[in-house]
Amino acid sequence: MSILVNKKTHVLTQGITGATGQFHTKACKEYGTEMVAGVTPGKGGTSFEDIPIFDTVERAVKETGANATVIYVPPPFAADAILEAADAGIPLIICITEGVPVRDMVKVKRYLAGRSSQLLGPNCPGTITPGECKIGIMPGHIHKPGTIGVVSRSGTLTYEAVDQLTRLNMGQSTCVGIGGDPVHGFEFVDVLALFNNDPGTEAVVMIGEIGGSAEEEAAAWIKINMKKPVVGFIAGQTAPPGKRMGHAGAIISGGKGTASEKIAAMKAAGIHMASSPATIGRTMQEALGK
Amino acid sequence: MNIHEFQAKEILKRFGVAVPRGVVASTPEEAKAAAVELGGGVCVVKAQIHAGGRGKGGGVKLVKNAEEAAEKARDMLGKNLVTHQTGPEGRQVRRVLVEQGLTIQRELYLAMVLDRAQSRVTVICSSEGGVEIEEVAAKHPEKILKESIDPVIGLAPFQCRRLAFALSIPAELAAKTVSVMQGLYRAFDECDASLAEINPLIITKEGQVMALDAKMNFDSNAFFRQKDIVALRDLTEEDPREVEASKYDLSYISLDGNIACMVNGAGLAMATMDIIKLCGGEPANFLDVGGGANKEKVAQAFKILLADQRVCGVLINIFGGIMRCDVLAQGVVDAARELNVSVPLVVRMQGTNVEIGRKILADSGLTIISTETMAEAAEKIVKAVKT
Repeated sequence: MSILVNKKTHVLTQGITGATGQFHTKACKEYGTEMVAGVTPGKGGTSFEDIPIFDTVERAVKETGANATVIYVPPPFAADAILEAADAGIPLIICITEGVPVRDMVKVKRYLAGRSSQLLGPNCPGTITPGECKIGIMPGHIHKPGTIGVVSRSGTLTYEAVDQLTRLNMGQSTCVGIGGDPVHGFEFVDVLALFNNDPGTEAVVMIGEIGGSAEEEAAAWIKINMKKPVVGFIAGQTAPPGKRMGHAGAIISGGKGTASEKIAAMKAAGIHMASSPATIGRTMQEALGK
Repeated sequence: MNIHEFQAKEILKRFGVAVPRGVVASTPEEAKAAAVELGGGVCVVKAQIHAGGRGKGGGVKLVKNAEEAAEKARDMLGKNLVTHQTGPEGRQVRRVLVEQGLTIQRELYLAMVLDRAQSRVTVICSSEGGVEIEEVAAKHPEKILKESIDPVIGLAPFQCRRLAFALSIPAELAAKTVSVMQGLYRAFDECDASLAEINPLIITKEGQVMALDAKMNFDSNAFFRQKDIVALRDLTEEDPREVEASKYDLSYISLDGNIACMVNGAGLAMATMDIIKLCGGEPANFLDVGGGANKEKVAQAFKILLADQRVCGVLINIFGGIMRCDVLAQGVVDAARELNVSVPLVVRMQGTNVEIGRKILADSGLTIISTETMAEAAEKIVKAVKT
């Protein structure tokens, strides 16, 4: 089962003609994802790998029925790309781009309120339902279909966790990267709620990091609502305060957003915490009593 | 990115926020001239460094005349000022701000910051100005007032009035206060700030509402459209290795340990620092080479890591998705050869083209410890550095 995307998802790529857009559209297509259209303003009428390219999202949706979009557009134009997708009514918007100004994202979130589109990212690796649909930049071959849901703020740390799970024969139902930015779409709680209601997911891995309070909010929600085991890991226990650790959202500000606070909140909610990034898979095994 | 107090005040002034009259000086003579320009009487000499706590550290001095201003400037300039925010080494003072003396009747706190939980910019103010706001938040949370700002409307006058009246600002000063708040928001918004803080916002005996101190930080994601702000950067206030890394689009943060790490992806990079510590070692840095790193970038990253004299070993942890393990391996081998790396080097790779990558390392003739798992890699580098 899947929570966001599956075999029937029809994907549009915004920024398809850029190097990154091309590379990943090809990779997703090879994985088996239905890549049905691309948008690059001015390149309408051309194509890439037999995928038709349009000048506008509106036209692309009209002509191909795309119901999800993935955005590889550079930072100065990425917010506008999200707005265009929302205006066209695309239900799922996945923004991979890293470097979108916070001010732009504050406006985007305001625009999305009350509209039917849901946003994943920006600055995220995307989402994958192994064996069915891969939208984003994750390496498909490390994933395996299964029953463990994965939700994370990170990219490569998620791949590390997925790799551990796969090697221990625990496949994944859906993996969702919510991204490393301070203002973004899907929060931990949103994805956890979906996993909670997904008959194909028996347990969840939640990977967080320093900065903000999303993990604490998730822990509070999990304590009251979650019916399935959750394994957690928080990156950045050794991060110094006040410094942006790569991700725009990974910063301890005014003493808030530390790893230890998050770990404490998650433990208090009954989440099985992996003390090391190398034991995330093993912690899930133990949580499932295997 | 941080800027100095005098720069923040220049920005606020442009957006209509009243600031004290002041002149920047780099020498005692300039400080004297500045004091004369300000009237030759009572004024304040303030050390300009990218850190708070300057008052307590002796970096803010009230003086009676221009001679004293020069004297205090001489005491400060060229020396390291230590505050509770600088660390024990302190920061060298290269400039001072000489400001007019003022009769302060009241000190308030006013700031704009992003509220991540709401995805909105928030105004924060308090009647407790001139103190550490975090302490106020901890001990007297009821004294922290907030207003959430709708990006479509901006900071509405009614919101400012609500705050002003809650702060017991007298009616005749309400309009000025509203103007300061709106000016601060416009500065925050138009400059793509991540923080704009006035602490304290003062009310003077003459009924002026002005920013006695100002601090602004900026969203580095917006630098492409904020060239004027970027021009205010003071490289002497930053770690030289971090400055070097930013030239190559590498994300690098210096830490205190002796085990350098190079990783692709910020989350994995933080986790790598964490696991080194868990194994009993001390990470020397955070370094994210990013997803599309090529041979040259890897080599540059290596050079920056090894420029740190404390480094006794290097751990490279790469999970190749977009980044291919063979590209990484070649980059590591080329750089290690060119730089004549003599410290222990542990490389852990997984992902795309991993077998080809491992072969490149094995055939290089260099002493490289290659591992499969992150745990093994961390254990081996910690052990190698200890021996």
